[in-house]
Amino acid sequence: MKNPLVAVGLVLSLVLAGGVSYYASSQPDGLEKVAGDVGFLDSAEESAVKDSPLAEYGVAGIENERLSGGLAGVIGVASTAAISFGLFYALRRFKKEES
Amino acid sequence: MHIPDGFIDIPTSATFAALSAVGVAASLKGAARSLDEKTAPLAGLTATFIFAVQMLNFPVAAGTSGHLLGGALAAILVGPYVATLSLTVVLLMQALLFADGGLSAAGLNIFNMSLLGVWFGYGAFLLAKKILPKNKVSITAAAAFAGLASVPAAALGFVLQYALGATATFSLTTVLTAMVGTHLLIGIGEAIITGLSVSAVMASRPDLVFGYRGAKKKLEIREGQK
Repeated sequence: MKNPLVAVGLVLSLVLAGGVSYYASSQPDGLEKVAGDVGFLDSAEESAVKDSPLAEYGVAGIENERLSGGLAGVIGVASTAAISFGLFYALRRFKKEES
Repeated sequence: MHIPDGFIDIPTSATFAALSAVGVAASLKGAARSLDEKTAPLAGLTATFIFAVQMLNFPVAAGTSGHLLGGALAAILVGPYVATLSLTVVLLMQALLFADGGLSAAGLNIFNMSLLGVWFGYGAFLLAKKILPKNKVSITAAAAFAGLASVPAAALGFVLQYALGATATFSLTTVLTAMVGTHLLIGIGEAIITGLSVSAVMASRPDLVFGYRGAKKKLEIREGQK
């Protein structure tokens, strides 16, 4: 790859999502906390994809929490990279053809 | 900050889905004008990095965590149009694959994070850049300020949506103060991560940083006059 920044950034993303994420805080996030404190947390409904094999950042069927979460993170990074690089390269090409 | 299904009623969610669709369509047009060989890879990296860092919840006040939203960071690195698309890709991946943020709430979340967070963050960055001295350190400082400002802005988006279409009936002022207060704290974390990330890219490839290119051109002109 010509640009080391991109290679370094992608490796860093894999390390963060695949490894460091295990140490992330599992406390409720800001919105969830406010919803609980104010009292409207009960109105939340389960997502239509709650049975997704990756739901809640874990891989279904893998017991080990570190492995399950880490693998989910790696899959998420790879999928996001595939879609976003694909989209931005396609948009760049589109612009070229237009001009 | 990812709204689950059920908090906001369907008509309001649909309205914001339509607004978000208009914003994303406009961003597709804007992004096609600004993306080239050099910036397309950084744009892909920005979306990927934001996905990864959004998994890293950091503790804030008692019993609460927060994570990077990344709207300001993306806007400074790759410009607001590409940033809106980056955040939208991240939010759709989270909602579709990981059940993080509701599907009927996707429009609400895209509006708050891909549009409000990005554009408010970018506005705050431009304002800070104008006031601060023209040098590289100021870009980092302005980025941190933009990160700080972008989080309560996105939180205010939720308060607006709550005011229009809450399925629960708790006082709006209670929700407003709690949301803004909590998200100002999360904004401090956002400021630190945004500042560090922007300074890292500034140290290696300042020529790629969208929010810095204007300043660089002026420097080049001055050098040419010598």
